Amino acid sequence: MQRIGVFVCWCGSNIAATVDVHAVAEAARHEPGVVFSTDYQYMCSQAGQNMIIEAVKEHHLTGLVICSCSPRMHEATFRKTAANAGINPYMVEIANIREQCSWVHKDMAAGTEKAIILAKAAIAKVHLNTALTPGESKVTKRALVIGGGIAGIQTALDIAEAGFPVDIVEKEPTIGGKMAQLDKTFPTLDCAACILTPKMVDAAQNENIRIISYAQVEEVGGFVGNFHVKIRKKARFVNEDVCTGCGLCTEKCPQKKVPNAFNLNMDNHRAIYIPFAQAVPKVAVIDPNYCTMLKTGKCGVCAKVCTAGAIDYKQQDQIIEEEYGAIVAATGYNPISVEKFDEFAYSQSKDVITSLEFERLTNAAGPTAGKLLRPSDGEHPHTIVFVQCVGSRCAANAAKGKEYCSKICCMYTAKHAMLVRDKYPDTDVYVFYIDVRTPGKNFDEFYRRAVEEYGVHYIKGMVGKITPENGKLKVQGSDLIADKQLHIDADLVVLAAAIEPDKSARPLATMLTASMDTNDFFTEAHPKLRPVESPTAGIFLSGTCQGPKDIPETVSQASAAAAKVIGLLSKNTLKGNPCVAQSDEWMCNGCSSCANVCPYGAITYENKEFRMPDRSTKVRRIAKVNPAVCQGCGACTVACPSGAMDLNGFKNNQIMAEVDAICK
Amino acid sequence: MEQNKMASLNTQILRMSGVNPRKCMRCGKCSGTCPAYDEMEYHPHQFVHMVETGDIASLLQSESIYKCLSCFACVERCPRGVEPAKLIEAIRSLKTRPVGQNHITPDEIPALLDEDLPQQAIVSALRKYMK
Amino acid sequence: MMKVSYFPGCTLKTKAKQLDIYARACAEVLGVTLEELPDWQCCGGVFNTSKDEIATKLSAVRALSAAGKAGQPLVSICSACHNVLKQTNAAMQNDSEFASHVNHYITQTGQGQMAPYHGETTVLHYLELLRDVIGFDKVKSCVKYPLTGKKIGAYYGCLLLRPSSVMAMDDPENPQILEEFIRAIGAEPVIYAMRNECCGGYMTLEEKSLAQKKSTAVLDNASSAGADLLVTACPLCKYNLDKNGQNPLPVVYFTELLAEALGIKEA
Repeated sequence: MQRIGVFVCWCGSNIAATVDVHAVAEAARHEPGVVFSTDYQYMCSQAGQNMIIEAVKEHHLTGLVICSCSPRMHEATFRKTAANAGINPYMVEIANIREQCSWVHKDMAAGTEKAIILAKAAIAKVHLNTALTPGESKVTKRALVIGGGIAGIQTALDIAEAGFPVDIVEKEPTIGGKMAQLDKTFPTLDCAACILTPKMVDAAQNENIRIISYAQVEEVGGFVGNFHVKIRKKARFVNEDVCTGCGLCTEKCPQKKVPNAFNLNMDNHRAIYIPFAQAVPKVAVIDPNYCTMLKTGKCGVCAKVCTAGAIDYKQQDQIIEEEYGAIVAATGYNPISVEKFDEFAYSQSKDVITSLEFERLTNAAGPTAGKLLRPSDGEHPHTIVFVQCVGSRCAANAAKGKEYCSKICCMYTAKHAMLVRDKYPDTDVYVFYIDVRTPGKNFDEFYRRAVEEYGVHYIKGMVGKITPENGKLKVQGSDLIADKQLHIDADLVVLAAAIEPDKSARPLATMLTASMDTNDFFTEAHPKLRPVESPTAGIFLSGTCQGPKDIPETVSQASAAAAKVIGLLSKNTLKGNPCVAQSDEWMCNGCSSCANVCPYGAITYENKEFRMPDRSTKVRRIAKVNPAVCQGCGACTVACPSGAMDLNGFKNNQIMAEVDAICK
Repeated sequence: MEQNKMASLNTQILRMSGVNPRKCMRCGKCSGTCPAYDEMEYHPHQFVHMVETGDIASLLQSESIYKCLSCFACVERCPRGVEPAKLIEAIRSLKTRPVGQNHITPDEIPALLDEDLPQQAIVSALRKYMK
Repeated sequence: MMKVSYFPGCTLKTKAKQLDIYARACAEVLGVTLEELPDWQCCGGVFNTSKDEIATKLSAVRALSAAGKAGQPLVSICSACHNVLKQTNAAMQNDSEFASHVNHYITQTGQGQMAPYHGETTVLHYLELLRDVIGFDKVKSCVKYPLTGKKIGAYYGCLLLRPSSVMAMDDPENPQILEEFIRAIGAEPVIYAMRNECCGGYMTLEEKSLAQKKSTAVLDNASSAGADLLVTACPLCKYNLDKNGQNPLPVVYFTELLAEALGIKEA
């Protein structure tokens, strides 16, 4: 018979305001096996924990029931307390009388009644608890970073700096991501390339970093500390080890009409190309959809001009398999397609562009060599209208757009407007805004400078319709302060399109069993206290894949994620979760139902010889659970038709005891 | 007394239109898109704001309620799904329903006709402007 | 020969006979008979969005219910009729309070008594009939005199597309159905931004200057984009563009062009 102690927490007024904690402690006292019961203001405090330790010693307790907050909050705390008191940590049960009771009830009587029932259920369960000891698994001291934008680069650099090897998997032929496409960066206006490309080079030269570009993660297996990952490296038809990046092939290739994705298709490159001058790795790549040689077998110009002999038309996709201890998602974002918002005429006029296209149009390495020229006729625009919040802040049930604020648009629009006025003072610049949101160090000051020093016209209101006509863009919008409908004949319109997670994030999340929100942003383990970790152990989050962020914030989060990874990789072994499945070999009939539902591949079968009651022997096929791989999800226990499969810490008889206690 | 009446009218407008003016984030896109803006004393975003704050009396007296073309551009383009046109329609219905409040009467029609004018225009105007 | 129920509406019986006559004739050629509903009544021209507005929507419900009884989709051509029918049908489906009021009226004993109705009938615009039932490929294959070289602007106006959550015919900001139609009859569509803006509608009665301003803006925009001709499905749009628009760009009903292309009407 267990000797059980019950400890009821007030949680200040969180629990005590709607649950009569004395009554709960009193009711628990009369349950079978309970030899001690008390309540206290903050059970998780040092004083509260000491009280538990004292009680264990004084009353020789063998099992503890803590009536408090959710086990997600403090189960680990109280397990440690139990260990300090000298009893097995798994002899602790939590009755959640806060989140599932006091917070959802308003009526004291009802809340108290429910708290008592929850306490009784936990007491019934702890009677059947047994001491459990977690197994240990080794940690593979190598990290995988998925995505090679500024977030992925920073995370990889920090991990590598700490002495651990890191692989960056990047789906494009070069790392650099969105930041490589930007012109200047707010609020300091330093050039994006000038601060990014040294980091790209650092990554390439760091001996702990391996860049696997033009590649995608295809399969993820294993668990924290021991992930097994399959990566497909797409054929680029150029031998990476041989190509010197001289670029001769990209000038001689006769296929000149390939849309240049790096410049957002505003100009063309050849069928063999290097995305941009500072690409890392600086290696050419052939686009098989356009290459005449790959399509028809006739051409071969690039191979002829390549003095290094790097061209390989027969190159195949390559599969790389590797073990990792930790995985970081850094998959980034894209602007949404604004074609659904065609009241702004994006699909009707070349002179209606997105902000990212504007970045390329002002970038010295862009399609206009940095001169701001209208895409339609190459003329200098004299009136420019910026429209904010295109597709951001839409109603949840709206047919198009995103519900969230994209966060970066206010600042980059202020930057664009300021740069235009600085470089082309003869240009009138209007910004239609709903709210100007500029929290951040030196951010509001930056926006005010755009208005006060550079004379950008900020108009509180939204554009309703844009009509391309006779070479102009007739912008119709509201000026809510002046109480007017404005009509502006613009030469160029720039839409601040909402941003959304990259499309590769959703399938990746499925592979990682990492959770996502309805917008396909990765969910963090705790929105405030664990913002760079996924709830799935060993998976970390870096940059905009977790939510909209600017560069300073992305870099901070990237380093934070790296710190978490370093913490994990510094350990030689990890304690596993002892609450894993176990099969009763006498009851198992080897039907394979459990293995079929196991998402972790933790169940195997073996033939075992059994001594039967009549002293004969018989060989039977039985299930075996690998406790290092099992994550304790319990799917097998439900699937098992004979009741052989059970989950430690959540055994069927424990659950039934809880149910019985509740229904009594 | 007068205040109570207005409060009840407000409730009625919300019920008739099915519009929740609190959803408005004051972006002004409705007024930016409205083709009848220049004819109106109060503009679509102001309708929403005035109903939210309970200033129904001014709206009922304003000619603006007859200027809405029911083109639904504001409904379509509102990022928050507020549907200002439905609000304006409810206020107009409320105004024209009591006896003697028709904005147009059948006697006035003949003077407005020309030989090409489709019936549709007359029927629509009558539906919009009178009980 | 497939049969559909047909709601012509009052304007198609008087000022817009071309719209009606050619629509029927073309449909016959394309294998569909438009069966005019017996005893249809005027739709009212506009759908009053007030939820407690019942009586003015009854004629639409009667038409919808009659088509349902015949087991046929209800086709209309006039944008206004189509808008009223479609919005009324949606209200009968989704607004149970409204539907119960309406059913209270129409199921009462006496003249015009009907079975309760809950929006079961499919409402199609003639253009949807062409696109989704007949198919523009079939239309194309039936064209005898393609309008090759003609640059035609589609004028949607408001009522065909909005509110898109109910009308659900096409993308409300970048519609394609009329452009696909124009291509099917061998002409070249001209995209212009004002194609889904209001012509001024019934405001022509009270505020002619507004209708003039709006119609002229549409026509100017279309001609600047290079259109030789506009097509519309709405008699009131056509009236406003023709009479109030200060621009000589011709406007015709889309059914007239279809009839020309199919060889039913002399060009």
